[in-house]
This record gives sequence, C-alpha cells and structure tokens, in this order.
Amino acid sequence: MMTRKKRRLYMLGLAMLGLGTATALTLSAFEENVAYFFSPSDLAAKPPGDKRIRVGGLVQDGSVTRPDDVTTNFTITDGAQSVAVTFSGALPDLFREGQGVLAEGRMRPDGVFQAAEILAKHDENYMPKEVVDALKKAGEFRPEPPGKPVYGGAGS
Amino acid sequence: MIPEIGHYALVLALLLAIIQGTLPLAGAARRNTAWMEAGRVAAFGQLALVFIAFFALMWAYVVSDFSVLNVVQNSHSQKPMLYKVAGVWGNHEGSMLLWVMMLGLFGAAVAGFGRNIPPTLKARVLGVQGLIGVGFLLFILATSNPFIRVLPAPPDGNDLNPLLQDPGLAFHPPFLYLGYVGFSVAFSFAVGALIEGRVDPAWGRWVRPWTLVAWASLTLGIAMGSWWAYYELGWGGWWYWDPVENASLMPWLAGTALLHSAIVVEKRDALKTWTILLAILTFSLSLMGTFLVRSGVLTSVHAFAVDPKRGVAILALLGLATGGGLLLFAMRAHVLKVGGLFAPVSREGALVLNNLLLSVSTAVVLIGTLMPLVLDAFGHKISVGAPYFNFITPFLAIPLVLAMALGPFLPWKRADLAGVLGRLWVVALFTLAAVMVALWLQGVRPVMALVGIGLAAWAFIGAFWEVADRVRLFRIPLGESLTRAGGLPRGAWGTALAHAGMGIAIAGMIGTSFWLTEDVRVMAPGAKATIAGYELTLEKVEQGRGPNFTTEMGYFTVRTLNGDMVGTLTPERRWYPVARMPTTEAAIHTTFFADLYAVLGEPSADGRGWVVRLYHHPLVPWIWIGSLVMVAGGLLSLSDRRLRVGVPQRRTASLPTAIQPAE
Repeated sequence: MMTRKKRRLYMLGLAMLGLGTATALTLSAFEENVAYFFSPSDLAAKPPGDKRIRVGGLVQDGSVTRPDDVTTNFTITDGAQSVAVTFSGALPDLFREGQGVLAEGRMRPDGVFQAAEILAKHDENYMPKEVVDALKKAGEFRPEPPGKPVYGGAGS
Repeated sequence: MIPEIGHYALVLALLLAIIQGTLPLAGAARRNTAWMEAGRVAAFGQLALVFIAFFALMWAYVVSDFSVLNVVQNSHSQKPMLYKVAGVWGNHEGSMLLWVMMLGLFGAAVAGFGRNIPPTLKARVLGVQGLIGVGFLLFILATSNPFIRVLPAPPDGNDLNPLLQDPGLAFHPPFLYLGYVGFSVAFSFAVGALIEGRVDPAWGRWVRPWTLVAWASLTLGIAMGSWWAYYELGWGGWWYWDPVENASLMPWLAGTALLHSAIVVEKRDALKTWTILLAILTFSLSLMGTFLVRSGVLTSVHAFAVDPKRGVAILALLGLATGGGLLLFAMRAHVLKVGGLFAPVSREGALVLNNLLLSVSTAVVLIGTLMPLVLDAFGHKISVGAPYFNFITPFLAIPLVLAMALGPFLPWKRADLAGVLGRLWVVALFTLAAVMVALWLQGVRPVMALVGIGLAAWAFIGAFWEVADRVRLFRIPLGESLTRAGGLPRGAWGTALAHAGMGIAIAGMIGTSFWLTEDVRVMAPGAKATIAGYELTLEKVEQGRGPNFTTEMGYFTVRTLNGDMVGTLTPERRWYPVARMPTTEAAIHTTFFADLYAVLGEPSADGRGWVVRLYHHPLVPWIWIGSLVMVAGGLLSLSDRRLRVGVPQRRTASLPTAIQPAE
C-alpha cells in the first residue's frame, strides 16, 4: 500500500502523461487533417496548392451539368470570382442553383476543384457562415434569399 | 386564450423558480426547516406550471392555431398528427420549453424520491436546480417566447422542415434533452456538496441514479440521432463528426467518466474532488451543447438559421453556471477530505485510467470542435472534420476498450495483474477466433478493421466472461452457478450489459466504416444491378402523394444471385410543396448482419432512367442494437436494489445539527 503523497504523485504523473499524449496527438492531427476555407476570390488571390481545402459560395445559375451518370459539374461564385467544381457522388437534397454551398476537396492542376464532399444543410433558410462572410466580402450578399416564405421562421 | 394561459404559467414558473432558487439555500444556511421545505413544494409547483405551458403550446399545434407565430412557422394544417405533436420541440422556442419541462421533471423527481437525502443537502440541490430554472425561464421569456401571436392570423403555416418529419427525429430531441438536463442534477448535487462541505460514499450513491438516468437517455438520444442521419440523409452515414454531434458526444464522454468515478466515491470513498469537478464539467458541456446548437456559431450540417441574440444569452447562462460552479469548486474543494488509498493496479486504478482516457477524449473533441471558432477570431477560416477525428480515435479507443474488459476483473485496493491476465485467456482465445472469422470473410485488408473487430470481441466476450467468472461457471455444478447468477446484484449485470453493448456497437462501426460497398448507376425500369451477392431489379417508378407531400417511388425486387426472392425495396424521392424542400427516403433491407440500402435519385439528364445509389453496409444495425443494449445495461443498473433501499443514510452523524436523522 502506498502513501497518499506517493499516490498523488502517481496520479499527477498519469494525468500529465495523458495530457502530453493528447496534446501531441492533437497537434499532429491538426497538422495533417484540417481544411482551410477559401472563397473563389481567395483562390484567385493565393492558390492553395495541393492541400485539402473548403470552397464556399453560391452555385452559379445555369452552371450545373452532368457529363455522366455520377458526375456533377458546376461553378461556385462569390460574385467577384468563380471556380469550376467537379463532384462524383450523392448530392445533398438541398443542392440547387443559386443556393449557398460548401465543397471540400483539392484543386486539380487544371484549375478545376475536385470536391470529395458537398456539405449538406438541413434547413432552407440556413446558409453556412463562411459563405455568408465570403459573399459579404465580395459585396454580393442579399440577406433575404429570393422567394423566402413570408413568415420564414427561425428554423428549428 | 390557451396560449395566454401557457404564457402566464411560464411567468409564474419564473417567479416560483426565483423562490426555489433562494429560499431553500438560505434555509439550509440558517437551518430553517420551513424554508428548506419550501424548496420541495416549489419544485412540484414548478413542474405543474411548466407542464401547463408545454401542453398549452402542444394544444396550439394540435388544433393548428395559426394566430401563434411559432405554430405558423413550424406547422401546417395538412401535417400528420405525430409531427404536429413533435413539431412542438422541432423548433428553437419549443425545444427550450421542452428543456425547462425536463428540468422541472428532474427537480420534482429529486423532491419526491430523495427521501433519504439529508434535508440540508436536498434543499441545496433543489435550490441550485431552481437557479438553473430561473436562467432558462428568463431566457425563454426574454428571447424565445413560443406564445407570441400574429395578427391577422395567416390561413396556413409554413410546415415543419420535412427532414424533421420522421419518427426517428420526433423522439430524438426529448431523449437528448432528458440526458442533458439529467446531468443538471449531478451538477446540483456537486454544488450542494461543495456548499455543504462534505462528500462521502452516501453522496456517491445518491447521485448515481440521476447520472444513470441522464447517461442512458443521452445514449438513446445520440443513437436515435445517428440512426436518423443514417436512413434519412440518403447515403448511409451514421456519424459526421459534425459540431452539433460532437456537442452531444462531449457530455456523453464526460458523463460516462462521471458514472465510473462516482463508483469509486461510493465503494471506496476516494476520487471525491475529481468526481465533483467532473459533475460540474459534464453539465457545463451539456449547456455548451445547447449553446452550439442554438447559436449557429459553427458551420454544421445541422445548423439552422438562428438569431445571434439568443446565442449570447445562452453563452451568458453557460458562463454563469460553469463559472459559478468552478469558482465554488476552487473555494471549497480543499474542504473535502481525502479518502481511501489504492495501488495503481487495482479496480480504482482501472477506473482512474478510464476517467483519464475519457477526459482526454472529451478534450480532443472539444478542441476539434471549438478550434475553428478560435481561429476564426484571428481571421483564419478552417474546418476540422472527420479526418482529424478519425486520426485520433484509435489512439484513445484502443487502450480504453482494452482496459474496459480488464477493469471489472481487478479487485479493489490492489490487484495482481499477471494473475488477472491469466484468467483472461478464454477471452483472448475467443477474440482471436472472432478476428479469424473476420479475416476469412473479408480478407486481411484493411488491417485496422481486423484490429477493430478484435477490440469489439474483446469487449463483448470480456463482459460476459467477467460474469461467468463471478458465478464460477464450469468450475462448480451448473445449478449452483445459476443460483449465484441470480444472486448477483443487478448493478453487476448492468455493467456487463453496457460493456457488451459497447462491443456490439464497435463491431457495427467497424463493419460499415471499412467494408462498405457502394454503387451509383442510372437504371431504367427493367434494369438489373448486382451488389454484395444480391441482384436488384428496378420494376417501375410511380408517382404518388402523401398527406403533405408528393412522391416518386421506385420499386426494386431483391433476389440472391441464384434467383431466390429476398424482398422488395421502395425508395422514395419526396417533395414537400409548403416548405419547398425535397427529401430522400432510403429503402433498407436488413438481415441484422448487414443492410442493403437503396436510394432513388433524380431522373438522369438524358432521360434514360433514374440515378440510383445502392449500398451494402455490413454490421451496421449493430451500432444501434449495441446502443440499445448499453441503455438496457444502464436501466438494469438503475434498478439495483442498493439504489432504492438501505444505505442512502449517512453512517456518521457529523452534521453539526439535530436535523440529521437518528441512525
């Protein structure tokens, strides 16, 4: 049986060990696995290279095409600049032209953004914060999306 | 008229909460029995009033009273009755009302069931509950009143977000909130004990049932939410590491730690300060969960349009509760006497390890969730998503699960690790066998999948071997073992079930994460597709209509490759005209070992057919089966007789007054 002091020392040691491991893990995880947000204007200003990034803005009206069964091509715009995006996979229900969208993926060397994931949203009235900020910066933000219902609520 | 009664009841509830938050606390300090007793009465009154308010709002929904703004925004006369009722909490104002109703429920339950708790502690617990109630009622009345009228009343409402019109989601928030709010009782007990200046094994036993109820509800709530995401969002993802999901995971991790550290307080009178701190933090994380969901500060697939004023108000509540709790902790924690001693290798040691790993996990999730917010303040926009969490999870989950099966074998105080490991050879053998089966069925890659299945088997078999070991199965005659099994406390069975459930759930997570098969193609009526040993034929696509939507439904017949009929799948694409939103209704055929999952997409651009997505999710139902087993374990443990009778009485009468019951 050990004394109180010794036990406290053990516990402290264990706690420090846990904390240290957690810090090291978190830092190394951050190094590799965090995606920076770019608006189309940011992309034009400072190309991100081959890092995994998020691009957000509005889906340009008339830009959505489906070259084959599973691929969707469209353009994300913030009003000032735009970027071509290609995505293979299931689009969220609320993806449509003129709506805010967030895409995560990498820039291809040919300047097309290869999206690995398109962020879904659960609410018609919600727009991702990054997109709102990017649109505001480009001077394109309209607080009331067109066609919003009269009593458009706080959502759930 | 009825909405006004509801509004009025809320105002009265606030006044009563102010009384409940002051009088009993003052009474406990001055040993005034009448004042302390007021807390009990106020708690019952509180429950009655918030019930009236809640049902007044529900009435407005049920009869579609469109003179109430909240009903207009979230309901529609054509909506099915279930979703009219569920619509009450399917929106911000109503869900906050549900929150205070849960708070009232727990307050009254403490007042009603806590007969064995010493009057001063009970008065203090109820007082703190009252103060939390004041905060939230004030919040509702000032920023989120659900009873506001609109004049003139519009002819019909905007409908509830169609994604929320689903049985899985109808009951997800109530259980989640039951969990969040349930931890308020642990918080109140912690604060009460700090004011009181003592924590002893009896305290551990009094908090335990409340923590168990909260934990089981939260587990169920999270499981329901993930089940809903799985079948409703249309691609079979069950967890997104989304900020809002993380917000519910953090109190769950901390609450699980609390559940385990409270055992040490109860059995060994140790880890008291830590347990108190954990109780405060768990409820703080629950409040933070509410804040993250309700404020919209983080980009999330779950985020909804929100009013920033409310975010600030909830942040203030969070600051008050956490800050107040921690301040009191800093001032009073030294009063708590240090209890029993133990060696590092012992049951206590294993539980400390459990707490350490769960706390680190909570911290890792917290950092991942809040980092985007912190960096945003410095002008960097980042997102922390699945890659970050998937990278870290194995480092924490593997030691946690390894220790989970080992811990219950260790005796209290000090243990002989080599001896215990020797008793675990059967578990190791079965684990190896499970890995072999997985290897045979799925191949050697990915290796992480085999590791995961090994972990799941280790947890599952370990849990039952512990019970078998206790009843000396196969070492004494079977009948005698059965008698022993009958005599085991339900808490022991609860532990075994909960741990086994975790094992089942892990197997499910591993199966669907690593062995998923996916196929996207265009199919016209008559076309066939094969996936994972099944042949699907799209028979036809038909238009139809439901109560408040129109639908396009695909009919698939499913056969095995030999042509034996398995069943039909009917995925739908729905359109809700009022909310102007489409939803995807996936069709699922389950064998309980795997799910066949079909989604009907849009008609293809060239008009050849429909885009169809097919998935085969091995073991995925086990995620929710495992969660239910965990909940069952929690409830079984709750029914343990030691929580109902006997000891909840303090053994030493060291309270300075005569109110201590004679023993």
